[in-house]
Amino acid sequence: MLRYTENHEWLRPEGDELVVGITDHAAEQLGDVVFIDLPEVGREVAAGDEIVVIESVKAASEITAPLAGTITAVNDVLGTDPGSVNTDAMGAWFFRIKPAEAGAADGFMDEAGYQALIG
Amino acid sequence: MTDQSALRRTPLYDLHVAQGARMVPFAGWEMPVQYPLGVMGEHLHTRAKAGLFDVSHMGQVLVRGTPGGAPASEILETLVPADVIGLAEGRQRYGLFTSEDGGVLDDLMIANKGDHLFLVVNAGCADQDIAHLQTLDGVAVEVVSDRALLALQGPEAEAVLARLVPGAADMRFMDVAELDWDGATLWVSRSGYTGEDGFEISVPSDRAVELAEALLADEAVALIGLGARDSLRLEAGMPLYGHDMDLNTTPAAAGLGWSIPKARRTGGPRAGGFPGADKVLAEIAEGAKAIRRGLRPEGRAPIREGVPLFAAETGGESIGTVQSGGFGPTVGAPIASAILPADLADGTTIYAELRGKRVPVTIAPMPFVKPSYKR
Repeated sequence: MLRYTENHEWLRPEGDELVVGITDHAAEQLGDVVFIDLPEVGREVAAGDEIVVIESVKAASEITAPLAGTITAVNDVLGTDPGSVNTDAMGAWFFRIKPAEAGAADGFMDEAGYQALIG
Repeated sequence: MTDQSALRRTPLYDLHVAQGARMVPFAGWEMPVQYPLGVMGEHLHTRAKAGLFDVSHMGQVLVRGTPGGAPASEILETLVPADVIGLAEGRQRYGLFTSEDGGVLDDLMIANKGDHLFLVVNAGCADQDIAHLQTLDGVAVEVVSDRALLALQGPEAEAVLARLVPGAADMRFMDVAELDWDGATLWVSRSGYTGEDGFEISVPSDRAVELAEALLADEAVALIGLGARDSLRLEAGMPLYGHDMDLNTTPAAAGLGWSIPKARRTGGPRAGGFPGADKVLAEIAEGAKAIRRGLRPEGRAPIREGVPLFAAETGGESIGTVQSGGFGPTVGAPIASAILPADLADGTTIYAELRGKRVPVTIAPMPFVKPSYKR
């Protein structure tokens, strides 16, 4: 089941990993994305670490690791086509993370909870 | 200014909201930063067709000489190191207010309208500029509070405006004219701050919405917010007050020595006579040690205001700080500007410290896009 963080990330479980991106709502708030700095594959991160920088025409914003774990893959397409975040935020994944603890994603919001958050 | 209720609104406020603008506080005003088209789309639209900007927050000021006294142009030259006396009627010119220390108090446009001068000053500096002008003896300073200011910029600006106001097509770059539009007198200048051909149009406040709607009825025209205004002017290499220049920046350092003509420089017939002249003119004569330069970062990561710059990839002291920076939608790459040692040649690689990493940046000539003025 798709989960959401308060920082407007979506988390999609695949096997024992999570695929992470940002929501349509976040992409709309950011405006036109022109550059994305992704983490290195293999990096071990703690929950809350700033691991991605998203540069829009207007400003730079960070996204943080939703939970502790290891980065297992990043979406290189975003290097050449950062604007795909604006056209298809749910399709433009940023990275895959293998959580340090199984079931760690269960505590995040579901779709209904997230919709309530953004009103 | 953080108190939202204290923010001023232009006559076009309701129109912006109705058009889906995201409104933000800016220099004491509540202004549109972008519309649903988005900053990138608005920027590219302006370069391709015509963008309509609400610049009513800017200060509009009339300066008149007193009967029997010296002309206003002569008196204004005591505050502004431009050739105001040599400005022909119906023409406009860029100038600076300088401080006693040789810094820049503000930049402004000066138009000669025959029996008076018409000035346009930055919103954030308007109160200070007006107080500064009021220190002048022998002129009457009148703040224009009953007119809005629109800018129409882009390759289709002339065709669009000429459909409403035929006389606009006869104007050349930096001409000013009073033109009638459906009974309203427009003060039109062929100028702007985007690097595009275009017009700035002062319109009576009670006709401003009507004029904006008439312009927007043309399919070539889209409303453009402050976000794209900033990326357009940066691509055009135009400095922005408070970012690329301020009280601590001299005209030469800001790359604005060109606005001080020979007549006002050392050895010229009307040399000096403005605040800070000794320092400003000595620096122009000797050449400034550091001047405003264009920057092209390698890769796609923008470098923004405040990012420190270094000569080497490791170590050393900072040689400057990014003053304006972002992504240039027309250039298709990040661009920036900074005041840097004048002896660094175009093409030199320096380094920007971005999130702890030094990334290579090339010193590049400005503007980043070729202007398309109708001279």
